[in-house]
Amino acid sequence: MSESTCFHCGIDCDKTVIKFDQKTFCCNGCKTVYDIFSSNDLSCYYDLQSAPGAIPKEIQGKYDYLDTDIIAKKLIEFDGGNTQIITLYIPHIHCSSCIWILENLHKLQPAVTTSQVNFPKKTVRITFKSDAISLKEVVILLHTIGYEPYISLDDYATAKKKIDRSLLYKLGIAGFAFGNVMFLSFPEYFEVSEYWLEQYKPIFRWLMFAFSIPVVFYAAQEYFISAYKGLRSKLLNIDVPIALGILVLFLRSTAEIIFDWGTGFFDSLTGLIFFLLLGKFFQKKTYSFLSFERDYKSYFPIAVTRISIAKHKKERKEENIQIYDIKKGDRLLIRNGELIPVDAILIDGNAQIDYSFVTGESESVNKQSGDTLFAGGRQLYGAIEIEVLKSVEQSYLTQLWSNDVFNTDKSASFTNLTDIISKYFTIAILCIAIISTSYWLFTDVSKAIHVFTAVLIIACPCALALARPFALGNILRIFGKNKFYLKNADVIERLALTDTIIFDKTGTITTTITSNVTYEGMQLTPEEESLLKNTLRASNHPLSRTLYNVLAEHDILTLDEYQEYVGKGIEGKSADHTIKIGSPNFVGNEDLSKVFNTTVHVSTNDEYKGHYTFHNQYRNGVKKVFNQLFKNYQLAILSGDNEGEKEYLQKVLPENTSLIFNQKPDDKLNYIKMLQRQLKKVIMVGDGLNDAGALAQSDVGIAVSENVNVFSPACDGILDASRFDKISTYLMISKNVIKIIKSSFILSFLYNCVGLYFAVTGQLSPIIAAILMPLSSISIIVYVTILTNWIGQKVNDNHKDL
Amino acid sequence: MYVIYILLTISIIVAIVFFISFIISVRNGQYDDVYTPSIRMLFEDELIKENKEKSSESNKTKQS
Repeated sequence: MSESTCFHCGIDCDKTVIKFDQKTFCCNGCKTVYDIFSSNDLSCYYDLQSAPGAIPKEIQGKYDYLDTDIIAKKLIEFDGGNTQIITLYIPHIHCSSCIWILENLHKLQPAVTTSQVNFPKKTVRITFKSDAISLKEVVILLHTIGYEPYISLDDYATAKKKIDRSLLYKLGIAGFAFGNVMFLSFPEYFEVSEYWLEQYKPIFRWLMFAFSIPVVFYAAQEYFISAYKGLRSKLLNIDVPIALGILVLFLRSTAEIIFDWGTGFFDSLTGLIFFLLLGKFFQKKTYSFLSFERDYKSYFPIAVTRISIAKHKKERKEENIQIYDIKKGDRLLIRNGELIPVDAILIDGNAQIDYSFVTGESESVNKQSGDTLFAGGRQLYGAIEIEVLKSVEQSYLTQLWSNDVFNTDKSASFTNLTDIISKYFTIAILCIAIISTSYWLFTDVSKAIHVFTAVLIIACPCALALARPFALGNILRIFGKNKFYLKNADVIERLALTDTIIFDKTGTITTTITSNVTYEGMQLTPEEESLLKNTLRASNHPLSRTLYNVLAEHDILTLDEYQEYVGKGIEGKSADHTIKIGSPNFVGNEDLSKVFNTTVHVSTNDEYKGHYTFHNQYRNGVKKVFNQLFKNYQLAILSGDNEGEKEYLQKVLPENTSLIFNQKPDDKLNYIKMLQRQLKKVIMVGDGLNDAGALAQSDVGIAVSENVNVFSPACDGILDASRFDKISTYLMISKNVIKIIKSSFILSFLYNCVGLYFAVTGQLSPIIAAILMPLSSISIIVYVTILTNWIGQKVNDNHKDL
Repeated sequence: MYVIYILLTISIIVAIVFFISFIISVRNGQYDDVYTPSIRMLFEDELIKENKEKSSESNKTKQS
């Protein structure tokens, strides 16, 4: 079949094969891109990876707003006279060929000086000569070669984000000091009382002291800050015993070298902080190409075209204005494929609005002039003119974001497992320290202070603090490999505590890609079917396209007559047959029984034949997922749709699943609030912007996404739609991880008991501490890593079965 | 045994030089994207190869 796939983008060419240069292409767009590349000696693009390209889309004034100075200025990162630098986000970046072609832009356009791709972030940073080429031309160049940059309101609002590299610095410092201190303290481990060793002891010790200063005061400062904050809000979090341990280690070691009592514990001190930071670093797996903080701004364009009509002359002037400058009463021009940014009234044009961003509903709606259009819809055919009703912030959809849920941080109110345990742990350690110190006060006063500090040092919960970050960090990676991307490690723990799952219907448990079509009515003759297919061919309406793809193949006929009636249907004529396809009224069906599902009616030669019904296509494994989940979870479906699918869902899904329809975005949010008041821990699984409120309100919000790179509302996790059937496996794994962490706590308590024995009996020497601390830390890390990998394998096992 | 002072100084200076170069490399953003350079590294060869082919072609045309 390699004959019929496109050389540029790899899509099946269907029937319309374009041959060029002995290669096949699916469309003229792909051919043009190939032509550009091959004529510029860039055909290497196709050697690195086969069929790496994307079909370039129409441009048609789409980027005109980049010529407006104020807007361009906000986007450009650096503007130094002749050179400008801009970083653009390009979702299509996916392979080595993409990197290669984007970094060779200067061969296509000499005015581009350099371009550098950041693959994980899917961005390209372009330096260009602004006197030779404008920003708009750069963007159009990218567009014509199939790399359409994604510019949204989000780019406009945010200032250049500073990258926080402090953890890397801290880790570097701690590691550096740890290694050096280890070397310096090595001679004293063996307690060789050689002459020269005795003589140079002080200098070795003071060097160790010097190395540990930046570690304690810079690398470990987070622990002190967090412990202080915890104590102020009367919480004994895990950082309290850690900070106490670090402080005691440092003070005692310093005292030891000052008064020449011994070497001190600088090696254990730096090692401890290094391991703790390593855990933090490991847990901090981020998916830089995903954003979990998206609000409507990432969906909305930066600028729109405003039409102003001068009062005296009948002249129409078009200008680009920023979204925030839109005022009530403005007239806007929305082009093919553009998003409607505000609530408005349709004035002119054929509106076919796709609300899939908002509702997840794949079928577009037809609107008549005078109808209200809501913000967030995408115009599909041709240009329309609208009159603005409300400004951006006050529109129906965007108002949702003024709700308080979007400003509360979920992880702030969540106490994690380590902190729960640390409360008891800290109290127990302090008790042991006080009891053993008072015992020694009566037996051997000189040892009392020694024992007190030793208990606090050895009890420093290094292993305890490491178990959770390493276990969760590892699972986070395993989930990521299996296309379930979580915002941070806390989410796994929250996931394990949930008992209720709520699904959105459209777009979440149904797919947006394929539709399931059934026909009811009189059988169509082969001629009629052929005519039907050929009439549909001419139409660009999404329902026509879907139906066209479903129908069996027929020879291509040339229609004698073809007419499209906006908002009603289409009519075709060939030989002596006429066919009408469209709404019941248009076709002549008087039977107006209430039907919920989308239907398309057909009549031939003015005789009513029947109708096609479009059903929602459910994802693979929906039934299986629900059957697996209902044993342990309370399930519900919240849908913004009508009740058309209720009967079917009741049949398929487990009995006690609640089905609630006609839910507005606010209703969804409130429903979850109500459940939470009943002390339920809720997972919300949704997709569109209308679920954004519910996703934010829920304990864990998971967005299901067909294309992980592009669209998903703010959430805690993004699940690739192809892994929808794995939800129960992911939940089971997160529960098992908690068990692993708990068992590793027991192990670390055992280490602490051994250490405490040495501490309480007053035998803790630096060498014991130096052995025990890394040993316990490393064995805990190994323990949780092996176990989490083992349970993580279950995802793959199940995958093989399918 | 005073040599120990010299040795200690040298070893610490070497260690600090490496440490500073690490800090500088982090500050320059070398650790921000650790994936793309690994791919970019492989491109150089192909570019040279392409040029060679071209030059050899031009040589051929000259010879003929």
